[in-house]
Amino acid sequence: MSASTQLADGVRDARPFGADEEPCLSVRHLSKRFGAGCPHCLAPDAKLERNVCPVCGTVHAVRDANLDVYPAEIVGIVGESGSGKSTLMKCLYFDERATEGEVRVAPYDGGAANVLEASPQHKRRIRNTVFGMVYQNPYLGLRMDFSSLSNIAEQMIAAGSRQVGAMRDRGEELLERVNIPLSRAKDAPRLFSGGMQQRVQIAKALSNNPPILLLDEVTTGLDLSVQAAVLDLIQQIRRDFDVSMLVVSHDLGVIRMLADRTLVMLDGRIIESGLTDQILEDPQHSYTQQLVYSLL
Amino acid sequence: MALLSIEHLSKSFTLHRVGRRIQGCEDVSFSIQPGEFVGITGRSGSGKSTILRCIWRTNLPEAGRILYDSERFGLVDLCTATQRQMLYLRAYELGYVSQFLSALPRQTAYEIVLKSALEAFGVDDRAHAEAETERMLRHFDLDEELWELYPRTFSGGEKLRLNIAAAMIKRPRLLLLDEPTASLDDASKLKVRELIEQLKDQGTTMLGIFHDLAFMEGLCDHEFNMQQGVLA
Repeated sequence: MSASTQLADGVRDARPFGADEEPCLSVRHLSKRFGAGCPHCLAPDAKLERNVCPVCGTVHAVRDANLDVYPAEIVGIVGESGSGKSTLMKCLYFDERATEGEVRVAPYDGGAANVLEASPQHKRRIRNTVFGMVYQNPYLGLRMDFSSLSNIAEQMIAAGSRQVGAMRDRGEELLERVNIPLSRAKDAPRLFSGGMQQRVQIAKALSNNPPILLLDEVTTGLDLSVQAAVLDLIQQIRRDFDVSMLVVSHDLGVIRMLADRTLVMLDGRIIESGLTDQILEDPQHSYTQQLVYSLL
Repeated sequence: MALLSIEHLSKSFTLHRVGRRIQGCEDVSFSIQPGEFVGITGRSGSGKSTILRCIWRTNLPEAGRILYDSERFGLVDLCTATQRQMLYLRAYELGYVSQFLSALPRQTAYEIVLKSALEAFGVDDRAHAEAETERMLRHFDLDEELWELYPRTFSGGEKLRLNIAAAMIKRPRLLLLDEPTASLDDASKLKVRELIEQLKDQGTTMLGIFHDLAFMEGLCDHEFNMQQGVLA
């Protein structure tokens, strides 16, 4: 039954979510294979050993992923190492080329075009203006020898900014926002602690005001109090910037704190999705149950 | 027309590790009219909480229908509503209070209630949200010196009152009370009872579960007893 069809004509809520709303990110049938595949593993319902084809050895890192992210919501993706969650993120950010599937984002062609088929220039623009990416490893997201301000300026230049003064102002505003003292703005992230590096990465990811942030294990490897500060910052950003986030973590505690809705991945497939508290309190799949029982 | 109408609701839990199914509730049907207070009693383990958790979608309903007359969506079956619809209803139409405080860590008592208020009134109306937050905290007798503290150090009664304040500030159309008096002393229980009476006078529709029969005395418009997953 579709409840949204029962909306009275002309009734529009000031907070239009839940009914006739459009996702800002929509992923359909996304797959990523490492290897050519063979008739055995390309058949529907192929039997794989975990995510590897027993005949040709092709790794099916992401298999037929479908998901929607709506404006200003946080969607969590949880799963063990090797389940495909990071590969999925990399395909969305064009760090990896998806083997097949469709990805639509509202700011690009009104959500009509499959961005996986966009030209390299358009992909670059999407990467710089639609998505902000924060990697687990800050070395992937930052130029460690440039100053923090230059890191932000670089991202803005990539999106077309040319005014040095405006970029410096924006950079200082963002660094202040992520609690990096301005006295350190000209220091290179190489000189920063892990928690500070993650905060500079977050500032850089926000520089062009992207509607969607991709966060890949951003608190993994940080000690507890530093992790708490980064998680609090993510909450504040969500509240103040109205930005949507896709948050990948193997840590259910992080997912519990951040995500409105959660997807569970296993061997490249999304095996379960639901409201985060439902996934934690009433997990359906045996793997999810095992995961939840392991939560401290 | 009923605000909430539950038809043949069943829910069991499959525990894969031990290969067992546990029955939560079975073939439960009842309805609540606007402004009513409906109480469910029963021993712990009888499946009362499962009903509330199915309405709130913390538990995934298995069979039956939960028809809710939503302001936003019209008549909607909470068993099949989308996840986004449930998030909307949780934010703006339904309230859930349990004996446990389920707040994010590192938030003060004041911030917890304010967050709820901002969700309901919108972030642009911060002054109004702040005024309502203070009014609510006073209304529920939370000492001003507690406002800036993290509630993990609060007593059971203080946590509960904070819980209710955060839920009530949104003025939900339907308030679900999941054993709100469990683990409270008699004085605090009385306080909760007073609060519920006030809410009722203000026209709030409520569904509450209690194992404390005496507590329900004279409070409910309708009362059901639950035994082994079945409503008597």
